[in-house]
Amino acid sequence: MNRVARVFEELRGRRPALIGFLTAGFPDGPTSLLLARVLLSHCDILEVGIPFSDPVMDGPVLQETARMALESGFRLEDSLLLIKNLRNEDIEKPLLFMTYYNPVLRRGPALFAREAAAAGADGVIIADLPREEGGAWLKEARECGLERILFVSPTTSKERIASAAAEASGFLYCISALGTTGARDRLAEGLRDYLCRIREFTDLPLALGIGITTPEQCREAGVLAEGVIVGSAFMRACLEAMRTGEDPAAALDAAAAHMRLSLEGRARP
Amino acid sequence: MKTDALPDDAGRYGRFGGRFVPETLMQPLLELEKDYKRLSQDPGFLSELGSLLRDFAGRPTPLYEAKRLSSHVGGARIFLKREDLCHTGSHKINNTLGQGLLAVHTGKRRLIAETGAGQHGVATATAAALLGLRCTVFMGEEDAVRQAPNLRRMRLLGAEVEVVGSGSRTLKDAVNAALREWVACVEDTHYCMGSVVGPHPFPLMVRDFQSVIGQEARKQFLERVGSLPDHLVACVGGGSNSLGLFRPFLQDRLRTGVPRMVGVEAGGRGPGPCEHAASLCRGTPGTLHGSFSFLLQDEEGQILPTHSVSAGLDYPGVGPEHSWLKETGTAEYVTVNDEEALEAARQLTLLEGIIPALESAHAVAYAVRLAREAGRESTVLVCLSGRGDKDMGSLAEAWGGGAEA
Repeated sequence: MNRVARVFEELRGRRPALIGFLTAGFPDGPTSLLLARVLLSHCDILEVGIPFSDPVMDGPVLQETARMALESGFRLEDSLLLIKNLRNEDIEKPLLFMTYYNPVLRRGPALFAREAAAAGADGVIIADLPREEGGAWLKEARECGLERILFVSPTTSKERIASAAAEASGFLYCISALGTTGARDRLAEGLRDYLCRIREFTDLPLALGIGITTPEQCREAGVLAEGVIVGSAFMRACLEAMRTGEDPAAALDAAAAHMRLSLEGRARP
Repeated sequence: MKTDALPDDAGRYGRFGGRFVPETLMQPLLELEKDYKRLSQDPGFLSELGSLLRDFAGRPTPLYEAKRLSSHVGGARIFLKREDLCHTGSHKINNTLGQGLLAVHTGKRRLIAETGAGQHGVATATAAALLGLRCTVFMGEEDAVRQAPNLRRMRLLGAEVEVVGSGSRTLKDAVNAALREWVACVEDTHYCMGSVVGPHPFPLMVRDFQSVIGQEARKQFLERVGSLPDHLVACVGGGSNSLGLFRPFLQDRLRTGVPRMVGVEAGGRGPGPCEHAASLCRGTPGTLHGSFSFLLQDEEGQILPTHSVSAGLDYPGVGPEHSWLKETGTAEYVTVNDEEALEAARQLTLLEGIIPALESAHAVAYAVRLAREAGRESTVLVCLSGRGDKDMGSLAEAWGGGAEA
């Protein structure tokens, strides 16, 4: 059994998986490796975000972290190296790349798929590559044994949910709120019905993400889905710590511990 | 070649175009495509749009022979399609009336738009006022300064203007901000895309709404001169005025080789990286803002900063149909730098009494170059896409304060 499936299998009936995101290279290469280790000590799955100059899916926090990463001179090869380093430390948790399509396209989908797999990544999530445009990439990913994690949104029709479910592997990334990544006051309404609609088409684990900001929201989402994805809230904790001259790793450690705690003993009935 | 069949069902022009967007936008784009297909064949919608273009926007715009400029240059006859005489001062109103009506017919209550020079922003704010829609326009901080008159016009028209301070603080980041807003409010908001860029069906829709430029110009030119023009010249930022001019001549071009089509990109300060905005002349294919097209990027696929004296051309991408026209050799693309554009604006102003927008001045500059090389019997049709009121600051600065007097 592959790593992603194993995580959901092991957690089934106990608690939802916590999927943490960090921007690779933020605020610089070495610190980013440190932050990844911190997140991995609390999260079940790690998403490593490849910084991109024009992140249209991202709110102010992840725009800022990507900008800082790129300004520090962080390159695609460094993102690959980050995952390779984590694997060399005998980390057995699933590691996923999260990226926009243009850096993949520029590298060449076939080459990037091979490099990502060789570095030790378990899968790749591409924020702006819908199923209709993804044929070439999905084929390469499949051949390299990478999980093909696809999105479903509250706006997605039944036909397209079915098509995503048929192609995806690992889990389905269920967008929990319209809009970009970043803080929300509360979870959107109707999430339960939304996830029920998706479950008609798939047995894959469902992970809710986008806008899950507080441990309370994380707990709420965790009752509905097999996984909860948190990104901006973690990166914001780092940014705020840095602004006041504090240690971003310590701030991230506390934030991730709280999120993780909120999921304890919570499992979808 | 059945070019009228382009784009195909996937929104592709050859290998260019498509829909590279976050999942949340896919369903709305599919619905928009369906709505547009229906309305573009609905006689009621078309006649409503036709009336607005005539009675509100002031169409048809004149075809004007620039005789003093032509004789000064001493070569081909130069004709101007006077889009600068449209209501709001540029061709942008052709598109915003179309998309604004579409928004009304599909039950949307609000328009959002990006703007560079502010011409599209003003045209969107105008359409919104006319049609009773709310309106938010995103404008880069740098552009808000250099095109300040348009910022004020938008606010006077009742639009909310969000000044974008992220990234390059120009058109590219205004598009990013508008896309982010659209992902959040897609249910009641129509994104009134300002050029032939973005995910399908925007490049198709905007091209169709702007094709009125070429349809009128072709008819007017045949009536006036008795033949087709030898050359079409228009500036290319995203590429809406140029495609609007070129498209109705496409069958002529493919059948007979005439007219030659030339798109003029912003050469900025020179050919070095980040010094220009010449996506077609100096870029490579990639995905930005929802479509696959030529763009200015580094070897890692990060989008590069651009420069042009003209805010409307200061954009690292270009419409996918232009990429197809370039790759198939149907149209050619050239650059004109800042200095040449400013000089052409001055020439047109002093010789013809027409102050062009800096965007359009790029087309005029190339037309002058072309006319000089071509014979007296040859003809050049230029799309004068906008007027220069918004550029008084830049022009006065470049002309040494002449406009202050």
